[in-house]
Amino acid sequence: MAQADITQSGDGDTRLDKLTTADGTPLKASIRRAMRRNKLIAFGLAAPLLFFIFFSFLMPIFDMASRSVENHQIPEALPRTVAALETWDGESVPGEAAFEALALDIQEGQRSRTIGQAATRLNYQDAGMRSLIMGTARRSDQLEPPYKEALIEINDDWGDLDVWRLIERESGYYTTSYYLNAIDLTYSDTGEIVAQPEYRQIYVMLFIRTLWMSALITGLALLLGFPVAHLLATLPARHANLLMILVLLPFWTSLLVRTTTWIVVLQTEGVLNDMMVWLGILSDEGRLQMIYNQTGTIVAMTQILLPFMILPLYSVMKGISPSYMRAAKSLGARPPVAFWRVYVPQTIPGMGAGGILVFILAIGYYITPALVGGQSGQLISNYIAYHMQQSLNWGLAAAIGTILLFGVLLLYAGYNRIVGIDNMKLG
Amino acid sequence: MKLHKATLLAASSALALGVTAGAASAETLTIVSWGGAYTMSQQKAYHEPYMENNPDVNIVNEDKSANGLAGIRAQVQAGNVTWDIVDMLEGPAMTACAEGIVEPLPADEILADAPDGTPPSEDFVQLRECFVPSIVYATLFAYNKEAFPDGNYPSKVSDVWDMDTYPGKRALRKVPDGNMEWALVADGVPMDEVYEVLDTDEGIGRAFAKLDELKDDAIWWTEGAQPPQLLADQEVSIATGYNGRFFNAQVMEDQPFELMWHGQYFELDGWVVPRGKLTDRVKDYLNFATDTQRLADQAKYISYGPARKSSAPLVSTHAEAGIDMKPHMPTTPENFKNPIKKDAEWWADNGDAMSERFNAWLAR
Repeated sequence: MAQADITQSGDGDTRLDKLTTADGTPLKASIRRAMRRNKLIAFGLAAPLLFFIFFSFLMPIFDMASRSVENHQIPEALPRTVAALETWDGESVPGEAAFEALALDIQEGQRSRTIGQAATRLNYQDAGMRSLIMGTARRSDQLEPPYKEALIEINDDWGDLDVWRLIERESGYYTTSYYLNAIDLTYSDTGEIVAQPEYRQIYVMLFIRTLWMSALITGLALLLGFPVAHLLATLPARHANLLMILVLLPFWTSLLVRTTTWIVVLQTEGVLNDMMVWLGILSDEGRLQMIYNQTGTIVAMTQILLPFMILPLYSVMKGISPSYMRAAKSLGARPPVAFWRVYVPQTIPGMGAGGILVFILAIGYYITPALVGGQSGQLISNYIAYHMQQSLNWGLAAAIGTILLFGVLLLYAGYNRIVGIDNMKLG
Repeated sequence: MKLHKATLLAASSALALGVTAGAASAETLTIVSWGGAYTMSQQKAYHEPYMENNPDVNIVNEDKSANGLAGIRAQVQAGNVTWDIVDMLEGPAMTACAEGIVEPLPADEILADAPDGTPPSEDFVQLRECFVPSIVYATLFAYNKEAFPDGNYPSKVSDVWDMDTYPGKRALRKVPDGNMEWALVADGVPMDEVYEVLDTDEGIGRAFAKLDELKDDAIWWTEGAQPPQLLADQEVSIATGYNGRFFNAQVMEDQPFELMWHGQYFELDGWVVPRGKLTDRVKDYLNFATDTQRLADQAKYISYGPARKSSAPLVSTHAEAGIDMKPHMPTTPENFKNPIKKDAEWWADNGDAMSERFNAWLAR
């Protein structure tokens, strides 16, 4: 289309500038315009998905993550107290001014029913704060100056220096308490960061347990899935399709059904134990405890996640030409050597894809461990769910969840570094 | 029978008016409860008679009470409350009330007097600012008789800890509530001093030390349907569970279970109304569903005691089995000899700290 209006010039760029299309616009501008239109069309096509991801995925994640540091309950419910404590030295119980501010805040909070959320918030930090505040709030209409005496008369804990230090420490709009709690740390009475008492340390151990159990499950899935995928890829289509259905059928079955089936199979009075007793392998008293512990979680999750390993492996193996193996053999390699040095390296993209799929899914699992994991088989997600649904400590749930999210992103980055993400084939 | 007629009538009139018109005129009440036999008893005793009296109202059950407090909090914070009435335990109801996410319920204004004119504030077992109790239920130990073939059955809380005399695993609820109290009782603390002891650090340590003895033989359940199942499968020989669930298994399903009323741990369950939902319709429903006769009626379908004094004498026989329900009520005097009343306030204060410690103890 470009009109060849070439004038002599030593410089390529200026020559391109001089090129024009039939209607006289410079070629460069015309190309740019066409490119821009293509980009707009491409963006327009992808826009619905982008908006969808933004509003239904990124925004909620951000919203949830922001809860892990949010602390609006206290400055909102106790604004006067927070202001009064700004000039406090923290060395001795504050004076009448702070008590007056607190009394007014509690009175107003009781009327507007906002004080309960602050009480709940402080109770996460120190058990007993809820009854201290709510008990005071119930009697707040009788509060009269001098407030210091009146409050201490209602509950002498108001004369406790540590209570005031706690309120002062948690008086900002943002807090680090949830993150500290999520890694088994806490503030001491004087405000230093210290380890939780040993009987409350739990989350670090759970993070480690989740990682190693997910790694183990990934390894087991690879061990069990590899031969099946190989079989699927090499059998004639007629048999392979049948086998494929055997892989897909459980994949399509509800997660809950498969999990509860494992309960029937594995429990002490279950199918497997009954069979072993009947065969005389076990005595009736020596039945094995295979469920409601780590074994249960590992067995059930490996089975449930197996298709996520088999399918990517299969798709990669399907693309490996059998002629490579024949060539290796014709050059003198014995079958195991040919398999190990020619076939296996070609399946690495499949192993990588299956491995990272299974591993990341396993890290986030919670229904299966909740049902068959007993205590020792619980994963970190079970505690996120617990804090979301039962204890209602959403800040702590958000902090644990955010740590988990960044952990997964880090692992992903590490994986990309070592294996290379473009080396992965998902199907 | 009456109901069928009413349904038929409603259905045919809806057809006559055209389905859309019929659907538009029906008012929907979403009532959240615990599911299973419990929701069924509410359906039969409250919802169906109410819908019969008010054909324009349609009551929808949602079995979400296990996460009731989380649900209400999320809905109120999001400004989109879809639940009208929620069945909740006393403790969470108090928390919800303090957080301002449920409506205060002025009982004497909304609720019906007893037949003899006693006002609700005197007739109910325990009214709270935002909470109307409807039943008293107990968590207690039950055992499978087949697990003790020599006929030597456990009868008191300390027997649960006696693994030599009463072998077999124990199913316990995966919460500190109840377990800590029982542990102290098994350790020799009198029932009425349990909370005094628990109020000290040594007391809490003592409870956990006693629970340690059971830890290796415990299976922890989370759903009310699990303990009867675990007992029936003989996965465990003794289980804690809700007395209504055990009653169902024992009487309706003929399981060889026996309930151990010694140390029954009872608490109240009833209604709360999420913020902004206290409409005239909801008030009318609450007035109907918590009147003396209705609470007594519920005992025809499930073995939970009515939370109104005036209802107790009206408790009669089971609707299907035809057996006398009084011996199966937690509030019947023979069963009520050694109860532990759950201290909802103690748990509201210490629940978070105890749960964290309990979870850490379990996970170790």
